[in-house]
Amino acid sequence: MVQKGTFKIKSGLAQMLKGGVIMDVVNAEQAKIAEEAGAVAVMALERVPSDIRAAGGVARMADPTKIKEIQAAVTIPVMAKCRIGHFVEAQILQALKVDFIDESEVLTPADEENHVDKTKFIVPFICGCRDLGEAFRRIEEGAAMIRTKGEAGTGNIVEAVRHIRAVNRGVEELKRLFKAKNQSRLKKIALDYRISFDLVLTTAKLGRLPVVNFAAGGVATPADAALCMQLGVDGVFVGSGIYKSSDPQKRARAIVDAVAHFTDAEKIAKASENLGEAMKGQEISTLTTKLAARGI
Amino acid sequence: MQQSIKIGVLAFHGDVIEHILSLKKAASKLNLSMEVLSVRTKKDIDHIDGLIIPGGESTTLYKLCEREGMLESIKKIKNIFGTCAGAILMAKAINNKTKDQKTLELMDIEIDRNAYGRQTDSFEKPIETSLGNLLAVFIRAPKIKSIGKSIIVIAKDADEIIACEQNISGCYYLALCFHPELTSTLFHEHFLKKISLNFTSTQS
Repeated sequence: MVQKGTFKIKSGLAQMLKGGVIMDVVNAEQAKIAEEAGAVAVMALERVPSDIRAAGGVARMADPTKIKEIQAAVTIPVMAKCRIGHFVEAQILQALKVDFIDESEVLTPADEENHVDKTKFIVPFICGCRDLGEAFRRIEEGAAMIRTKGEAGTGNIVEAVRHIRAVNRGVEELKRLFKAKNQSRLKKIALDYRISFDLVLTTAKLGRLPVVNFAAGGVATPADAALCMQLGVDGVFVGSGIYKSSDPQKRARAIVDAVAHFTDAEKIAKASENLGEAMKGQEISTLTTKLAARGI
Repeated sequence: MQQSIKIGVLAFHGDVIEHILSLKKAASKLNLSMEVLSVRTKKDIDHIDGLIIPGGESTTLYKLCEREGMLESIKKIKNIFGTCAGAILMAKAINNKTKDQKTLELMDIEIDRNAYGRQTDSFEKPIETSLGNLLAVFIRAPKIKSIGKSIIVIAKDADEIIACEQNISGCYYLALCFHPELTSTLFHEHFLKKISLNFTSTQS
């Protein structure tokens, strides 16, 4: 019997994206640059996060014509964002046949208490997290892929690093408790995180998140991307970092190369040569809105 | 003492770990001594007996191999097994390609990229193959449109060829439209058996 939209199919696409770079794009031309650079997928947006930040106001799902324009321009998977909890935007994105839906804190949340029930969709979802508890809650809601939240649109990697490390610490703790056969403590963690014991146990046994985990938010240089990879993520999202730099083509390719060879410092050095100006970047302490704190 | 077989998995991107785990399980089932290497440079290719090209994005995989200057070295590998994007890279001809997309042009097959549609059309189903039955996972999968005379079909889904192999000028190639590495070790065992046969004959 043919089955569609199973968790195996949804998480399977995420597995195929590992080791790759997914790039934010706002039009066909940028999408082609991303594909040419070697991106494994693109995220179709109306505005990149730094422009969303600058524009202020309510940020919503992109116009369908924008998404169709980008779908027509490339053959690699096309992802798109819906607001947290906005299941109708998600239904629209599924109707448009996007390959992955990002239920994203970069857009203004539509529901302060509930995320989208992702099990009701055939299209896989990716969600952000700042620690293991957030990751677990999203996986239990049906997310097939996780990304650690950086602070999008800042060109500053510090928040991404903080949250990758937080997830890693959480997983290490589970591994330790599992090894010590401390069942009661593991059960307490499941309770604290408001998730099933099964998910905690699976993760403790695997010694990693049971779904693919990318880094996102604040990646501006090949070194930033390789740093996230060496910290243990499966791949990298780059948003404003590419098209807010002086030479997007060159920088996009350099980031792809750095992720593909993330342990080879000589190759990363070569990729980092002569890229022109990186995006300016912002100190986190100067921000009026922290996007990563949305949707916990 | 039996020498171990060395298998490389092209490791830039895609479901590399899944292939490595399947290979290890397959080798242990066959009681075969095997080493697995992650291949990222030309140098990594020097001493391998076979290569797996995993699932992922064929455009990305080709570009990274090209930038690394390893296309010619890959073409010289005696045994290659490709799944999904890997199969696309092995085909002599591709349709629905992105601008200027090229392949390794190893196997006498014509393949259509993303032939079933987008992710919403991805599916899983139990299939029968000449090696046995398994659950096959198709993710934005390609279709093998036509095959040359020396291609042996291993599995079909209705009229579509979804798995095939070719022995050509001392080389062995295996191409699949789906992802056995997500559900089974059947094809990894088959690949290892083919290599170990050649291995024994060249060693003696």
